[in-house]
Formats: sequence, structure tokens, C-alpha cells
Amino acid sequence: MLLSFDWTQLAQQVVIGLASGGVWATLAVALVLIYRSTGVVNFAQGEMAMFSTFIAWSLVHHGLSYWGAFFLTIAISFVGGVAVERAVIRPIERAPVLTVVIVTLGLFFLVNGAARWIWTPETRSLPNAFSTRPITVAGVAFSIQDLGTIAVSLAAVTLLWLFFRFTKLGLASRAAASNPVASRLVGVRVSWMLALGWGLAAAMGAISGMLTAPALASFDQNLMQPVLLYAFAGAVLGGIDSAFGAVAGTLLLGVLINLLGTYVDWVGTELRLPAALAVILAVLLVRPAGLFGRAAERRV
Amino acid sequence: MAEALLELEDVRARYGPVAALHGVSLSVGEGELVAVLGANGAGKTTTLRAVSGTVRRSGRIAFAGRSVARDSPEAVVRAGIAHVPEGRGTLTELSVRENLRIGAYVRRDRGAVAEDERRVLGYFPQLEERGRQRAGTLSGGEQQMLALARALMLRPRLLLLDEPSLGLAPLVVASIFGIVRALNEEEGLAVLVVEQNAALALEASSRAYVLEVGRVAVEGPSAELRRDESVRKSYLGY
Repeated sequence: MLLSFDWTQLAQQVVIGLASGGVWATLAVALVLIYRSTGVVNFAQGEMAMFSTFIAWSLVHHGLSYWGAFFLTIAISFVGGVAVERAVIRPIERAPVLTVVIVTLGLFFLVNGAARWIWTPETRSLPNAFSTRPITVAGVAFSIQDLGTIAVSLAAVTLLWLFFRFTKLGLASRAAASNPVASRLVGVRVSWMLALGWGLAAAMGAISGMLTAPALASFDQNLMQPVLLYAFAGAVLGGIDSAFGAVAGTLLLGVLINLLGTYVDWVGTELRLPAALAVILAVLLVRPAGLFGRAAERRV
Repeated sequence: MAEALLELEDVRARYGPVAALHGVSLSVGEGELVAVLGANGAGKTTTLRAVSGTVRRSGRIAFAGRSVARDSPEAVVRAGIAHVPEGRGTLTELSVRENLRIGAYVRRDRGAVAEDERRVLGYFPQLEERGRQRAGTLSGGEQQMLALARALMLRPRLLLLDEPSLGLAPLVVASIFGIVRALNEEEGLAVLVVEQNAALALEASSRAYVLEVGRVAVEGPSAELRRDESVRKSYLGY
């Protein structure tokens, strides 16, 4: 039995899982960005990503190539994210956390409604970002689309990490998230750092959306709702206060869901999500802060 | 007396509906080390906050001949005033080095910043060893030193120091005050220090103000206040 195990299939399923996980990772990192600076989960993150994807669709519709639209959409989304923070979040900067949560919920419906109004509720499709041909690596056939998706997600997350780790502005953003009062005392414009965070989160979300859409035959305004769920679940699994944890968590979740669906007969495709969530629940019972998260330090 | 570096005149401040300062006037001369004393709730911390702009304030606040009374905290820093806040304001998630680097955030002279980092670490050798460590893992005394070092990275003209002795062992406090005095004497750094420990602050400073419910009750050279038994008994409690 063991000797006849199909290693090729395992490798293929792991890569497919990593590809979905990578897409979720970019959105999960966006969630972590906002969570660390604002202390709330931005429920509108997925809808903002969906809106970005429709912008990309419009650009492609007007004759841009997929990759031309990809980079232009990232830039537009960044500016849009900053604008949303200035317009909607800034006025409630000092409000209780619950107020901010409700506002992001409101933003969810607002962005969803706006997208339905602008683009009408019919289905669309985006061209494939990568060749649909398979590629053979060490005798195993993989889809170029999956490998490309993994590469782009990891590149985006890595660039973001480099920004935070090695630039002065990135350092100031981390300082502002760590201790806003002390950061103002060294001259960091904390309020603008929040806006920067929203811009970067929107840009990461846009990447997530633009990687999700081409893999589907068609999409509508509900495109990102399942992605947000998976991203959130993965981020919680890894630790919602840790970008590294969120990436690891979503990749793990992607592989886990895919393998459960492939190898556990009674799970199939229907029970994949509940089964994965059961695993997450089990992990969180043992490690409430997530696999890589730090237990909350309460300041008194 | 020549024009002071920092001058407060009839400064008032409030937290929402609660007034904390009812008209404080004080000054710090160029290169002077001045102490602000008083009981809990007298308005010591608020006085520093009024200068750095972290509390709503009114009145005249002039720094180096220019009014900073309407400036945001970010602008006050750029004017050259470094504020080490109550509780040290450690950026716990950042490394010790990063805490230092963020102290020089508003400076554009990169080469001089690198040089200052070496110079500042010269005062705090313990921090040098812990450069890559997360600042939140430092002991209280080390965090106080880090807060001081971070403030120095601005290369400030005036240092506002809020209760540097709070919660620290006497030996650590003595070492921190020793460094503050050295900075004052050797580098001519002007310091406005708020302290609960009146004996310590009067020993280190050249002049002092005693606050009582948001007003200056007594002021004078520290040496005189130290000798004045009635001041000691009624305001300083030692």
C-alpha cells in the first residue's frame, strides 16, 4: 500500500494548496496591517479588494494588458486606501474599537453597493495572468498558473516585509503601531502612518483579488467574500498580530484544505472548509494567540 | 538675565473638563538643568505635556525666541525639544537599535546620526550589547536608559524628562541622574526634569520650581530650596 503511494499527486496537490494559500496570504497580510495599527479586523478588506479587481477589469476592458492593469490597479488601490482612511477612519480615530468595527462593516456594504452600481451585477472575467500550459519539474507536471500565483503572492509579501524592515518610513509605521504616543514624541506623524497602512493594505488586497479572478471562469461582486473568510481563518491560525504568522497560517490552511479534500474520502469537496476550521479550532484551543502570535500584552 | 531658551508664561492646560494647570510660568536658560517638583496631581507631568503639545494648552510658550504654543507634538520635536514621557514610551516591538534610530526620525543628516548613535551608546554601554533585542524585553532601568538615549538621538536643544526615577532601584536611579548631569555639564544640554524624589532632583539641578495644584508655589536656586526647612516640610515632605 505504502509503496504504491502516489508522490506525484501529493506534490501536485501541495502546489495547488499553496497557490490558494498564497492568494489568501496577500489578503491576510492586509488584515494584519490594519489590525496592528488600528486594533480591529477590517471587514471591508475583501470588498475593497473586489472593487480593485473590478477596476482592473475596466482597465483590461479598455485595452490594457493584464499586467499593465495589474500594476496600475495596485497604484490606484493604494491611493484609494489612503483616501478611505482619511475620509472614513480618521474622524473616528479616538472612538472605541467597537465603533471602528461597525464602520468597517458599513464600509463592506458601501463598497459592495458601489461596485454593483458602477459595474452592474453581471458576471465578468479577467484574462489569465499566466500560461495555462503545464510545466514539468522533476517529472511532475504543475500548472504554470499555480506556480505564478505562488511567486507573485510571495513577491508581494516579501516586498512589503522589506519596506517595513529596511526603510525609514517602514520603521516609523511600525513605531506608530507599537506606541502611538511615544512615536509622536519623536516626530512621527502617526495619523498619516495609519493612512499609509490602509493604502498598503488596499494594494495587497488588490493583488489578492487580481490573482483570484483569472482562476475563475467568471466572477461577480461576491468574488472576495470566501477569500476574506479563508484569509481571516489563516491569519487567526498563524496569529493575527503577526504578518509572518498570517502568511504561514494561510499557506498551511491552503495545503491543509486541499489535502483533506483529496485524501480523506468522506471529506470530499463539501466538507473541506468545515474540516479545516475544525483543525484551526483545535490549534487555537492549545495556542490561543495562534501558531506564531504573541499572547496579548495588556498595558495598564 | 539673558533671553531664556524656554519660557512659559501663564500656561493653562486641561484634560477635557478638568483643568490641570492654572497659569504656570517658568523658564529654562541655555544649558541649564531645572527641576519641577510637587505632589502627585500638582501638574508636573502636564507642564511637560504642555510644552511638547501632547495636552490642550493656552498661554505663552516660547522656545529659542519662537512661539511653540500652537505647535503639534510633531512640530515641537522638529524645533529641537525631546520629551521622555512618563512610563518611558518604549517602542516595545522594535529592537533597541530601531528605538534609537526612530529617535532621529526628523533628522536629515544621515552621517551625523550614525556618529551620534555611537556617541549616545558610549553613555549607555548596556544598550550596545542588547542592540538587536526587542526593547520590550529590557528591564525597567534599561528601558529608562533607552528612552533617554532615544531622546538624545534627536540632538535636542532641550530635554524634557518625566520622572526618570519611577519604579527603579536607587543604584539605577543614581546612574541615570549621573548621565543626565554629565550631558548637562559636558554637552551643555538644557534639561527640564520632573521628579517625585525631591532630594535627588534638588541635588542635580541648579534651579527648581515647586508646583501646587497647577500653579508655581515656590521657585528658586536648588541649593536654597534644599536648605529652606519650611519649604522642605510643607512642599517636599522630607
